[in-house]
Amino acid sequence: MEPMLKARGLVKRYGKVTALDHCDFDLMPGEILAIIGDNGAGKSSLIKAISGAVIPDAGSVTLEGKEIHFRSPIDARNAGIETVYQTLAMSPALSIADNMFMGRELRKPGFRGSVLRQLDRKRMEEVAREKLSELGLMTIQNINQAVETLSGGQRQGVAVARAAAFGSKVIILDEPTAALGVKESRKVLELILEVKSRGIPIILISHNMPHVFEVADRIHVHRLGKRLCLINPKEHSMSDAVAYMTGAAVPDAA
Amino acid sequence: MSTGDNYEAAASKSATDVARFDGTSDGFIKKMHHALHVTPALVPLIVLLASIAVFGLLLGSRFFSPFALTLILQQVQIVGIVAAAQSLVILTAGIDLSVGAIAVISSVVMGQFTFRYGLPAEVAVACGLIFGTLIGAINGWLVAVMKLPPFIVTLGMWQIVLAANFLYSANETIRSQVIAAEAPLLQLLGVKFNLGGAIFTLGVVFLLVLVLVLAYVLKHTAWGRHVYAVGDDPDAAELSGVNVKKTIISVYAIAGLICAFAGWALIGRIGSVSPTSGQLLNIESITAVVIGGISLFGGRGSILGTFFGALIVGVFTLGLRLAGADAQWTYLLIGVLIIAAVAVDQWIRKVAA
Repeated sequence: MEPMLKARGLVKRYGKVTALDHCDFDLMPGEILAIIGDNGAGKSSLIKAISGAVIPDAGSVTLEGKEIHFRSPIDARNAGIETVYQTLAMSPALSIADNMFMGRELRKPGFRGSVLRQLDRKRMEEVAREKLSELGLMTIQNINQAVETLSGGQRQGVAVARAAAFGSKVIILDEPTAALGVKESRKVLELILEVKSRGIPIILISHNMPHVFEVADRIHVHRLGKRLCLINPKEHSMSDAVAYMTGAAVPDAA
Repeated sequence: MSTGDNYEAAASKSATDVARFDGTSDGFIKKMHHALHVTPALVPLIVLLASIAVFGLLLGSRFFSPFALTLILQQVQIVGIVAAAQSLVILTAGIDLSVGAIAVISSVVMGQFTFRYGLPAEVAVACGLIFGTLIGAINGWLVAVMKLPPFIVTLGMWQIVLAANFLYSANETIRSQVIAAEAPLLQLLGVKFNLGGAIFTLGVVFLLVLVLVLAYVLKHTAWGRHVYAVGDDPDAAELSGVNVKKTIISVYAIAGLICAFAGWALIGRIGSVSPTSGQLLNIESITAVVIGGISLFGGRGSILGTFFGALIVGVFTLGLRLAGADAQWTYLLIGVLIIAAVAVDQWIRKVAA
């Protein structure tokens, strides 16, 4: 089967630091692929190279068999790849609805939208509320609340809801449960499975082994800037995975 | 799953309604804090109304008359227009020190193109507006693409434009009578009309319309939201799909265009085209923006606040002059207001709201 998203020989250097060293990557249609790796292994660089946030020095990326060259995250978004960054990428002083629709605002129909460029606030607020409710983020009282007034977990929830609402081809989640409480984490995992059931593949970067082993179909172990191995969570234990990613054990040639 | 304890199941029967809390009686200060957080233009509005009331009580009808109050509008029109441009730039966490110089050189271009090259006044005015926009766009390009600090870019541009202005115009003033006789269009924004004792100029009308249009654009269009997002956190804005470079360049270019309009209004106000006019516009516009409650850190504040800020300066200037006070008192009080405004801004930014 042709991978949904495929990368071959990605290289990214920051000065003398090599973040990606001829890295390969495959995401199959409809799967949840977890990426695990030690701090500094280059997970974030890999994600950024795929989502257009950095431009790799060498290598190729193909989406649905077509080679792509993203110059910016906007290109990746337009191609249907949504990313939830660890930093969440939200404007603190702006409202939840503003943030959810940042860069893809809805305009009013007719003259007021096409000539006066007026935003359709009511519809954006309704959609934002609906998406939050789908995620079970019921503790958010006011959709026009500034994001800076939300708790860390609520912010995470809004960012995930934003990606889930707009991602059509691939959704990338960078540490989506790191800042969340028990209930919110569970909701995010449920959402991940729900998105998968819609047929959209997900890339999940996480340090939380129980979460990774619960939802992932395959696990990409990243070490020293490249893919060390791909493992099946049903055939390997969490300690195997941790041993591979820290270099304590070497995987069998598979 | 290796965890045996199914602790997460306990959360399955949790509440499904959107949370509500009792509106606790927070007390006056807290409520005010919240109101100010949501509507930052309230502070300058309150100060403006209070200062009008105080001067009105002290000076009676000499101050509190349609004539005197609209005189304030006429006196602040140029600063107000330039401050509107400054607001846009400061909302992106930038600053524009070249606003006054752009206004002046645009007015000089309008004048010289008409009288030196004999172009029709309409064409000369359009050239002046385009010229101002171009200088702004260069500022924006240097800030957004070359990643130079806005303060440095516009400090340099201020000197360059001012020097170019003197070199090009040969420091020569085009006299008011000549303009009135041969190209009255240049003085268009100075045209006065009377509404029941209140005297308005077209420049004042332009200022009012400009403030309303910008308030609408900032609040109700995607571009306006992008301006705030870029000022708030440019990295986050970029990642969430805002074209940060384009937004910044467009902001500086529009600021340049607005400054060029200010240059046109300047001809209307003083009658002549003078390369030495408008020297303090950059500082005065920043003053109006700061008193108007726009945060110099970007992303917070409103254009209405700037308008009120400009009016506050105008009210103090006229009020103290009518009261016979030394002009230095005006500057002293404006200085106090600037510091007080920033203190209030810091207080508002403490997010308890």
